[in-house]
Formats: sequence, C-alpha cells, structure tokens
Amino acid sequence: MKYITEFRSSELGEGLISRIQQCSQKPARFMEFCGGHTVTIFRYGIRQLLPPTIEMVSGPGCPICVTANADLDKAIALSQIPGVIITTFGDMLKVPGSRSSLEKAKAEGAEVQTVYSTMDALDIAEANRDRSVVFLGIGFETTAPTIAASILQAEERGIKNYHVLSLHKVCPPVIKALLDSGEVELQGLVCPGHVSAIIGSHPWEFIAQEYGIPCVISGFEPLDVLQCVEMLTEQVEKGESRVEIAYKRGVRPEGNIMALKLMERVFEPSPALWRGMGEIAGSGLKIRSEYQRFDAEADFDIKTEPAVEHKGCICGDILRGVKTPADCKLFGKACTPENPVGPCMVSTEGSCSAYYLYGDGHGG
Amino acid sequence: MVDKILLAHGSGGKLAHDLVEKSFVKALANPLLDKLDDSAVFDVSGKLAFTTDSYVVSPIFFPGGDIGKLAVCGTVNDLATSGAKPLYLSLSFIIEEGLSFRELEKIVASVREACGEARVKIVTGDTKVVTRGSADKLFINTAGVGVIPEGIDISGSNAKPRDKVILNGAIGDHGIAVVSKREGLSFATKLKSDCAPLGGLVADMLKASPSIHALRDPTRGGLASSLNELAQQSSVSIRIEEKKIPVREEVLAACEMLGFDPLYVANEGKMIAIVPPEDADKVLKTIRQNKYGRDAAIIGEVTGEKVGRVVMKTVLGSHRIVDMLTGDLLPRIC
Repeated sequence: MKYITEFRSSELGEGLISRIQQCSQKPARFMEFCGGHTVTIFRYGIRQLLPPTIEMVSGPGCPICVTANADLDKAIALSQIPGVIITTFGDMLKVPGSRSSLEKAKAEGAEVQTVYSTMDALDIAEANRDRSVVFLGIGFETTAPTIAASILQAEERGIKNYHVLSLHKVCPPVIKALLDSGEVELQGLVCPGHVSAIIGSHPWEFIAQEYGIPCVISGFEPLDVLQCVEMLTEQVEKGESRVEIAYKRGVRPEGNIMALKLMERVFEPSPALWRGMGEIAGSGLKIRSEYQRFDAEADFDIKTEPAVEHKGCICGDILRGVKTPADCKLFGKACTPENPVGPCMVSTEGSCSAYYLYGDGHGG
Repeated sequence: MVDKILLAHGSGGKLAHDLVEKSFVKALANPLLDKLDDSAVFDVSGKLAFTTDSYVVSPIFFPGGDIGKLAVCGTVNDLATSGAKPLYLSLSFIIEEGLSFRELEKIVASVREACGEARVKIVTGDTKVVTRGSADKLFINTAGVGVIPEGIDISGSNAKPRDKVILNGAIGDHGIAVVSKREGLSFATKLKSDCAPLGGLVADMLKASPSIHALRDPTRGGLASSLNELAQQSSVSIRIEEKKIPVREEVLAACEMLGFDPLYVANEGKMIAIVPPEDADKVLKTIRQNKYGRDAAIIGEVTGEKVGRVVMKTVLGSHRIVDMLTGDLLPRIC
C-alpha cells in the first residue's frame, strides 16, 4: 500500500462513478468545505463525471482566502515596525490586503521570510536575539497545534523575541453561520479531512442532528472524494443524516488528542473576522493570557488604517458558496494568478485559482 | 596554499592566471582551449544553432549531479532541441569569494565528464569572483553552437494536428531531487536528478525520422509549461493522457507532501518530441533503446481545436485544462 496510486485508480474510479449514477435519484447540492477538496475536484474533472442530479459547490475552507483584509493589514503593518522579522508560510506573500501585500512590503525593504515549519521561525528568532520575530499564525485546526507547540518550545528554550499573530480559525462555527444565514441550501457536506484528523468527527454531529444534513469526512485523493460523494448520495436517497468517516486512514472519531490538548493549553476561543462573513463568535483562537508575552497583538502597537475591500472582487460571495468565479467580472481579466485582486486567486486552494488553472470543471 | 577562492582570483593577475591554468585549462584541455586566445577560432559548415543559458541552481550539489553537469547538459539539450549536433561550448563562472577549491574542482570535473559524454568541447571561458553576498556560491553561464544536419527542420512552431507527442521518460525527478536538499525543506529520498545530455538521443531519433516536427526540453515550468509553449507557438491544441505520463512513485509522494503538481516540476534530462503519426512508433522504439529513453511513451497528440490549449484526460476519464505555471511552486499551508 503506497497511499497514492491506489487512490487514483481508473478502474475503482469508474466503479464508484457508476454506483453514484445508479444511486442518485433526488436532486442534491453538496458543499465541499475545504479548498483542498475543491482542487481535487477540479484537477480530476470530478464535476463532469457526476450525474446531473448532483451539484457540487465550494465552501469557505481556504484559510488564506477567509483571512479578512483588516487582519492582512495588521500583518503588513507589523512588517513595517523597525526590528521586526515576519516569518510566514509562502502562500501568504502575494495575498493583497487593503493597500499592499507582504510581497510588496518585502520588495520595499520589510524583512519577510518564508518558512516551511513553525520550528524554522523559532530558529530564526534564536539566531536573531536582537530582533523580534513574528510568525503569522494563519490556518485552521490543522496548523494551530504546531503553532501552539512552537510557543511552548519558545518558552522551554527561553526564546523571548518570538511572537505569533494569531489569526487562526476553527471550522465548525463557520459552517453553522453559513447554514443559519439561509443563503445556501445543502443536502450534504464534504467535511474537511485534515481538520478532522485533529478534531475528530464529533464536532460535526450537530450538522447532521440539528440541521438534518448528511456529513462525510473525506480524504484528498480523487477516489476519496468519489467515495465521499457516494456515501452522501446514499444517505440522501435513504433520507438519513449521519456523520460518517470515509477518510479512515487519516481520521479517528476522537481526533488527535495530543494535538487538541496542545491547542487547548495555548489558545482559547475568540471571535474572528471572516472574509465575506464578518465576525463569527467562537470561530477564532486567541493566545491565552498565560502566554500573552508571545502574542504579537499584545506586544506591539499595531496601527492600521480602516480596511477597504477590493473593488469588484466577489471572493466573499464565492467563499459563502452563493457565487462562482464565473460570476466575477474581474476573473481572468483584471484578476489572474500573476496579478491577483482577491485571495481566492492567490491561494493554491482558492476556488478562483482552481477555476483558472483547471478550467471551468467541464473539460475546458 | 589558500584553499578558498579569493577576490584576487578574479583580478586578472597572477592568482587569476593560476586559477585558469590549473583549475580549468588543465581539466578541460583540448587544442582550441589550450591556445588561450581571447576567442576560439574553428571551422564549421552547414546551418548553425546557437544558444545560451545561465545556471544558478541552489544547492550547487544535488543528488544525481551538480551545477557543472547541469550547465553542460542544459546547453547541449537546448542545441539538441533544434536538431543540432552540439559541438562547442563556452563556460563562464561567477564565483562568490570563499568557495572552496575542492568544490570548484569537483564541479570542473563534472563539466569535463559531461562534455566527454556529450562529445562537446569547452573552447572559451571566463572567471569572475564577486564579494560575499553578490552571488550564491557559484553561477555558471554557458553558450553553445551546434550544426544542424541537412534536411532537418525542427521548430516549436511546426507541430501539426494528428502529430503524436512522445516523452522520453518519467517527469519531475530533477525538481524534487533539488528541493529535497534545499535548506529548511530537506527530506530523505533516493531520487536522483535526471540531468543528462540528450544530444545522442536526439541524433538517434532523427535517424529514425528526419521529419520530427518539434522538440522541447521541459525544464523550469515542467512538462505543462513546455506543452503550452508548443501549443501556442504552433497555434494548435495538445491533448495528453494522465495515465500515459510516466511519473515515479517517489515524485508523486514528494509532490503530495509539498503541494506540487508533477506536471510543473523541473526536468533536466527530458525531451518532448512532436512527431508525424506515421513515424511515431518508429521514433518511440528508437528512444526506448537509448539509456535515456527506457520509459518513453506516447503521451498524447496534437489537434486543431481550441488553439493554444493543452487539455488532459484525467485518470478518471474526465478532461481538464493544463495551464502554464504561474509564479513559483509554493508549499501548501494546511
């Protein structure tokens, strides 16, 4: 078992597709929450293979995309403070805030370093004791434990010049907000695989029980997604709504207890700003007061101008699943991966990027 | 004896003279270079191909090669893509002060080895040494000339509908091998760069079919970007099949981990051939007999619809666009 080619097998794929086609009678709209799933769906042309009864819509599960301009502006403002080194995952560089991007700030002289792990950021702090190293904590439950671990490590190693700008978000509350808004009607949810590897399947139960929407946690290979759609279709046809795990090789119902404990120790729930959805209670992670000395927001006087949205950009609507990139006037014209206007075109997991790179999902 | 390159080694004085004599001319000796004139003088007859490229790979040593081998192979392969028999190369080094002689000698030795295999000669060169930070260890520029045999007309604008697209082996080895050694990202893999001079392979292919329409070596930007260039230059569309594109399991695994698509990962020993349909099987058979073409495959064909596009039939049987690489490959964050 090598875990890749097996999950891209043509023969098994054909089998799953024909089972979905046979099973699906009722019209159903499924949302893939996660940007990783959107990419798989477009990269493997999965929308073309599904029967006309099944519609797939993309959700808000791209951490870069949902980061609000006000928060991006904070990161850029931090990069302007003398003595600060910003460390970040690479995807963040190009994302435009209200007036600039980290990439532009860097070109103008700000020190911004791309790292591949929070531990690298910690090493940079250790090697530059006279500077302040700020890590941009952007991500969902998947990255939050590693950032919690870096804070605990910083404490253990006595690294006092390490800070985190915590813009972390947690997933279940945003789905609740989305469903409560009544804007999108869903018959099934493709639940995120990596997030669920941390939080387990229990936090999704309320969607199945209170909203009557079938939930299946999926992996990221094409057969994972097809299997997930098949399981969702079966629930829809039987009139059931349960939480099921299709991604059994990655997700346990209880999640990753150790990672959850780390998160719990360093972070506490807080409100967070989501692009296109505004502030959602309990959807963010704030650094607890015991670790406040590592909190960039508490330690620096971050001054920003009021945030402005990009004119004509409909990333917010796309993230809520009410519009698609095809509805955007800027798409492919004023907004391209080389010159992105909105974040959904920047992130490799953004819907606009997927539409742009792989076509409209109907074979170009 | 200093064991590191100093600024003085690039000054034009005695140290510079010694460096050229001992490190370069001795290792790369041939009658044209040995003359040490400011320009190399030689006879050629026929249509010439002329190309240049600069090499700034980091790290300079990677599994399966180093910047020296790369500088020779890259230029040889660029000449080969026009069907030329590569003959003579220039070799210019821009060295950051502090590079060790041991490293430099190792690189010059691999230049020599690659030249031997590719049957080309270094006939002129230059060395500059710059202050620390002005270069990253070593940059190399090579230029090369080659002669195109009579009757050969190969260009990226010659692809025609119904032509077959042939690839000489698995994609992505070079990019992943280099990235696996990059600071801050290193991971263990047995994978080696595919870096190789393909002049001999192309000569064999042209013997099998002198009417090959186009050749391209998919380096930076990977297979996807090269196919897009060909489709645009020739105003055709190219349809490829995912199932037929050879990719090693190690490359697939590394790509998953890093969030890359193998179609966009760099190669240094691959050649795409656009071949008239009637000659495709003959060319494929010839490629497979060469050591750099054992895993060769026909991966798709040229069509006349939707000009300038590359469309791929996925493993699931659906179709999707394959676009050019935009920006750099970046790892995912969640």
